[in-house]
Amino acid sequence: MSSNRKILAYRRENGRVGVRSYVAILPVDDISNAACEAVAAHIQGTIALPHAYGRLQFGEDLELHFRTMIGTGANPNVAACIVIGIEPGWTKRIVDGIAATGKPVAGFWIEGNGDIATIAAASRKAKEFVHQTSGQLRVECDLSELWIAAKCGESDTTTGLASCPTVGNMYDKLIPAGLYGCFGETSELTGAEHLAAARAATPAVREKFMRTWKAYQDEVIEAHKTSDLSDSQPTKGNIAGGLTTIEEKALGNLEKIGKKVSFIDVLQPAEAPAAGPGLYFMDTSSAAAECCTLQAAAGYVLHIFPTGQGNVIGNPIMPVIKVTGNPRTVRLMSEHVDVDVSGIVRRAMTIDQAGDALIDMIVHTANGRLTAAEALGHREFVMTKLYRSA
Amino acid sequence: MSVPHLLVHDPADNVGVVVVEGLVAGTDMLCVVTHDNSDFRLVVSMDVPIGHKVALADLGVGDTVIKYGQDIGRIVAPVKRGEHVHVHNLKTKRW
Repeated sequence: MSSNRKILAYRRENGRVGVRSYVAILPVDDISNAACEAVAAHIQGTIALPHAYGRLQFGEDLELHFRTMIGTGANPNVAACIVIGIEPGWTKRIVDGIAATGKPVAGFWIEGNGDIATIAAASRKAKEFVHQTSGQLRVECDLSELWIAAKCGESDTTTGLASCPTVGNMYDKLIPAGLYGCFGETSELTGAEHLAAARAATPAVREKFMRTWKAYQDEVIEAHKTSDLSDSQPTKGNIAGGLTTIEEKALGNLEKIGKKVSFIDVLQPAEAPAAGPGLYFMDTSSAAAECCTLQAAAGYVLHIFPTGQGNVIGNPIMPVIKVTGNPRTVRLMSEHVDVDVSGIVRRAMTIDQAGDALIDMIVHTANGRLTAAEALGHREFVMTKLYRSA
Repeated sequence: MSVPHLLVHDPADNVGVVVVEGLVAGTDMLCVVTHDNSDFRLVVSMDVPIGHKVALADLGVGDTVIKYGQDIGRIVAPVKRGEHVHVHNLKTKRW
């Protein structure tokens, strides 16, 4: 049985399972990036997570900022976290949120101290955290204890034929055993929204999904569009790969959720799932780095990324496993491919065999194998911003 | 089974997807319906890149294109069976 396999991973203070063990240096805001990057350059075994926002945000957008920051620090792939902000108020709020997991966390602020003193103090604490966490041993955990998100990108017609059904097959096999799954890309379900809605576990979840999907249409797409979105959705890359319309793209996208499982709740961006094991839908942009960053902030520790034309996305704290069924992409961009399922379009591999190959790669990656994106240094960390700051 | 040139998701579809590189006009394609593994042959009348669609029937302006057994848009310029279907003759019905 593929679903009762064991992995060697990190058991965190709150019982969650992580597959990496980072000491993260997390800026509260854009102007604290320099201090965070200086600490990460100074103390080996740490990783800075610079980003573009965190100042003068308000309302729902500010809540999303805090949820993303706290969720990123709280992710089980982060063993310990240093938080640096310009001032103590918001810095402490993020530190307290991460501390609820029980992991080591400390906050520093720059106003009244300056960059240099802040960097010195944060470096000293980061070094402590490195010593405290770098010797932790991986322990045996169940494969089904993982939280695994999915999102496809630079899709083409092979995505719907091969790589997305491969992910769906994996979910069909592992979710019944207790895995947490997640799909998103609200706008990119347009044309398949009726099929997605039909996969909701209850009428209440279905209604929540349709309300979320319609809000994205009305408040984002219809409010801002200047054309039929040709060149954006589908993208230039999608079109080069043979996808013509959003409906066609959406139908291929939805193959990721398999044939059997229902989704049990609809999550806000970066919201941690709270309804137990199962598949979740998250309201996200369809842009790869934004979606992956939100899923990692919700607590997902591994990501499966089906691609057709060859999206090269990675994430700094969550390994992103690339799956492609396009033989041309395998030929031209093999360094980005973790799981080659192009045998499906040659009818030399079944979807079931491809799903098993993906599960093998999940086990291998959870045990510590670096993904293509990790080996190539892809660390795209991109916050979602809902509207302009005050 | 021989390697197919074209895959079709559903028996109801009126387009299929080229899955080989370098397909040239005049090729007598092996076409496989993935839903039931049935196959048929179709001569492609244009060079069509891998991943791109070929019409399985003559399609007129306003016709609905079916893939995965579902509506993927409307025809905006006539297409003959065996011809390339893409942004020049197929448009979304959404936004």
